[in-house]
Amino acid sequence: MAMMEFLTTRKDELVGWVRKFSIFPYPFVTACCGMEFMAVSSTLYDTDRFGAALPRFTPRQSDLLMVVGTITHKEAPVIKRVYDQMCEPKWVMAFGACATSGGFYRNYSVLQGVDKIIPVDIYVPGCPPRPEMVIDAIMKLQDKIASERHPILPFEEPNPVKV
Amino acid sequence: MIYQKITNNLKDLFDRSHDSHGMLVLELSPEKVLPLVTRLKEEFGFDLFLDVTAVDYPEREPRFDVVYHFYSSNQNKRIRLKVQVPETEPVVPTLTGLYGSARYLERETHEMYGIRFNGNDDLRPILLYEGFVGHPLRKDYPIDMEQPIVEYRKQVESGI
Repeated sequence: MAMMEFLTTRKDELVGWVRKFSIFPYPFVTACCGMEFMAVSSTLYDTDRFGAALPRFTPRQSDLLMVVGTITHKEAPVIKRVYDQMCEPKWVMAFGACATSGGFYRNYSVLQGVDKIIPVDIYVPGCPPRPEMVIDAIMKLQDKIASERHPILPFEEPNPVKV
Repeated sequence: MIYQKITNNLKDLFDRSHDSHGMLVLELSPEKVLPLVTRLKEEFGFDLFLDVTAVDYPEREPRFDVVYHFYSSNQNKRIRLKVQVPETEPVVPTLTGLYGSARYLERETHEMYGIRFNGNDDLRPILLYEGFVGHPLRKDYPIDMEQPIVEYRKQVESGI
């Protein structure tokens, strides 16, 4: 008779470990940072190594919103709606200087950082950021996901909704 | 030389002419725009309407220059027209009857500078959004004034 083998862990750690290696990004690409996004997600740098390679082309199936590029005021309702359509749990990465802070645009048309309208989990500065920085950001986001609370059982208090 | 012919044949349709980097520049008043452009198109073959935009000189009277560019595809020549309009009545005639592309270009100049194009009945915003107040490319528009449509979040905290 085989010995019963079992393993103990904290539930949040287990769920966090699972979630951090199955990030489905939704690339909201509006500007030149998109070229850098293509570079980082294809073979040379390869975000697939971090479980974050397969972009979903609908926000309803994704859990990481990558805001890649300049967001204008005219576009703000669109990105707000995309964010609202994503299911919990969800995270947001501001990719590049424009999504982080408006970049060098300080005028009538550009939103001064996407965090004015949606909560951002990780910022990647740079114009455009180096692929290494993006990979570093994905790894930091994975650390953050791994150390978060993950209420999935019915009696657990849910996380407060980020607005 | 086509530029010579234009300055000789059309000399009652513009006020001043000069050369700018090899391109002919004509300065004229708003009421001469339509007759001049009609003749440029029909007699001199300026068949492509490249652009209409404006320049704001806040200290000057009249305040605005409306600048047109045309291109002649069989002679490979460009021409520039400059029309001065005052702030109180920034009106020039529309060119939609001659060039279809004028519709969009005039809409853009209208929203950015507040120049009105008499006869263009569709001057809705094209790059800006409905509800935008003012004309952002005028020099007296504050450089960092924004008019957001989405309400900002209550407190902007980093990373939370």
